[in-house]
Amino acid sequence: MTAPMPVRPPEPPEKPPPATSGKAPGRAPAQRRPTRLLAPLRETGKLFALAVAVARAIFRRPFQVREFIEQFWFVASVTILPAALVSIPFGAVIALQVGSLTQQLGAQSFTGGASVLAVIQQASPLIVALLISGAAGSAICADLGSRKIREELDAMEVMGVSPIQRLVVPRVLATMLVAVLLNGLISVVGTLGGYFFNVIMQDGTPGAYLASFSALAQLPDLYISEFKALIFGFIAGIVAAYRGLNPRGGPKGVGDAVNQSVVITFMLLFFVNMVLTAIYLQIVPAKGS
Amino acid sequence: MGIEVVVEGLTKSFGKQNIWQDVSLTLPAGEVSVMLGPSGTGKTVFLKSIIGLLKPEQGRVLINGVDMVNSPERDIMETRKLFGLMFQDGALFGSMSLFDNIAFPLREHTRKKESEIRRIVMERIDIVGLLGAEGKLPGEISGGMRKRAGLARALVLDPQIILCDEPDSGLDPVRTAYLSQLLIDLNAQIDATMLIVTHNLDIAATVPDNMGMLFCRNLVTFGPREVLLTSDTPVVSQFLAGRREGPIGMSEEKDAATLAAEQQADTAPLPTGPRTVVPQLEPSPGMPVRQGALRRRERVMSMLGQLPEAARTAILDSYAPAAGGARA
Repeated sequence: MTAPMPVRPPEPPEKPPPATSGKAPGRAPAQRRPTRLLAPLRETGKLFALAVAVARAIFRRPFQVREFIEQFWFVASVTILPAALVSIPFGAVIALQVGSLTQQLGAQSFTGGASVLAVIQQASPLIVALLISGAAGSAICADLGSRKIREELDAMEVMGVSPIQRLVVPRVLATMLVAVLLNGLISVVGTLGGYFFNVIMQDGTPGAYLASFSALAQLPDLYISEFKALIFGFIAGIVAAYRGLNPRGGPKGVGDAVNQSVVITFMLLFFVNMVLTAIYLQIVPAKGS
Repeated sequence: MGIEVVVEGLTKSFGKQNIWQDVSLTLPAGEVSVMLGPSGTGKTVFLKSIIGLLKPEQGRVLINGVDMVNSPERDIMETRKLFGLMFQDGALFGSMSLFDNIAFPLREHTRKKESEIRRIVMERIDIVGLLGAEGKLPGEISGGMRKRAGLARALVLDPQIILCDEPDSGLDPVRTAYLSQLLIDLNAQIDATMLIVTHNLDIAATVPDNMGMLFCRNLVTFGPREVLLTSDTPVVSQFLAGRREGPIGMSEEKDAATLAAEQQADTAPLPTGPRTVVPQLEPSPGMPVRQGALRRRERVMSMLGQLPEAARTAILDSYAPAAGGARA
């Protein structure tokens, strides 16, 4: 109990004393010299680790129904209106652009099919991505980040409640579900907008518009669109949660984390979109070919 | 009865900076212990390591056979339910009212009915003197109230181990005294093992059964309170007296030159001789006898031979009158 009391203890010895736990004798991170070059890899690894942890926690009881509904409602309420408002002009510009192009080529009758495909396959999931990461992801990241710096998450963990299961899982599921539903909404509104502009502004014929639509479009186009939205929702939720759970120092750190979360999500989503599109075009034959 | 906490050879660094190394101690079951130390010696880090929030590089913390450092996360989560931790600033959930904050552990971990939860929570709110404020948000109350609410939340699951991170910071002396009494009364009621991290001398002198001190990356000492209170180790006596003269400087430790100059200039001899040991707080009238104090008495008496002279006299003095000390 009363060991000799060193007033001015010597500097830490060069060699760490042997670890007392026989389980992990080689654990001495002091010797590991982390290089700066590998830092992005480490962050990426942690992000994936969080994704796996969340995916596993989704199936663990108890499921936080109340938190999920609250978050779902919140995410939906901040994204629905902007999504609808963005998708009308988006559908319109695609319709106008494609319309004028097909007019020059003399393939005017295919305007409907081309613009609808562009809206459903590309525009709609990307608008979902922008809104989910910009509106919902930033809010989630700021929320978790400020909880983290106020030690609320530590307190939760101390009480034996996993913040991942209690907070992150409901948020990620909410962004995923909202993304899928939002994608449907944007597809419909965007298509209607395109139809309206093509028929009214460019004097297209409604019959040709619809006929070319059913000639070119097929159901898998809708599936890939919804699948993309689902993946985008997951990625946006995970990135926002990851940045929110690891803010660097103080309120300023939370601000930076929100900023980074939005930027990282944008880049990731556009990249994933490219990959998914390429794979889809490879494995699903175009209609009529 | 509380649970014994065994800390063995714990070493923690942040990057290259070593916080403390090779800390070994045992918090005896059901007793109150205090960890002293100047600001910035890693007291809070020590608390967080015990509960497994931070992972030290070496050593282990054994609670009921679970190592809070290396065991699987699942076991650690399970063991944490035995803990109540009072954070430095309460760490309340900002979006919930005080009532919901304090009810949170009950709602998460038990299947109690809402009426039952209400009864327990109001009881705890009453203990910490916050009746009437249960509907407020943490942002609407003072720092001292937040702290007390944090304590109520830590108590709501009847923890076996209670950890308090600077219970006195931000409280006035009167409230600190009340809080000290509250901690002792709690210990008498639920017989939990308690560890209080503080640099408040009043709490250090009157509350604990055992005391330790962290300084300069080491555990200076840990043992029965009398050992530390009568110790003539320069660090300890400087800290307990709150003097400037001694090894503790403004930034952690003084360099050798300053220390030597200080000794040269040290014309007026410091008041030496055995410091008087203030008697420990007793549970309020009507509270049960502290079982921890009874066990401690046996434990301390059996190790009396190994203690320094001054501590031995102080212990014997405190146990001499029939009603003194542990009131056996």
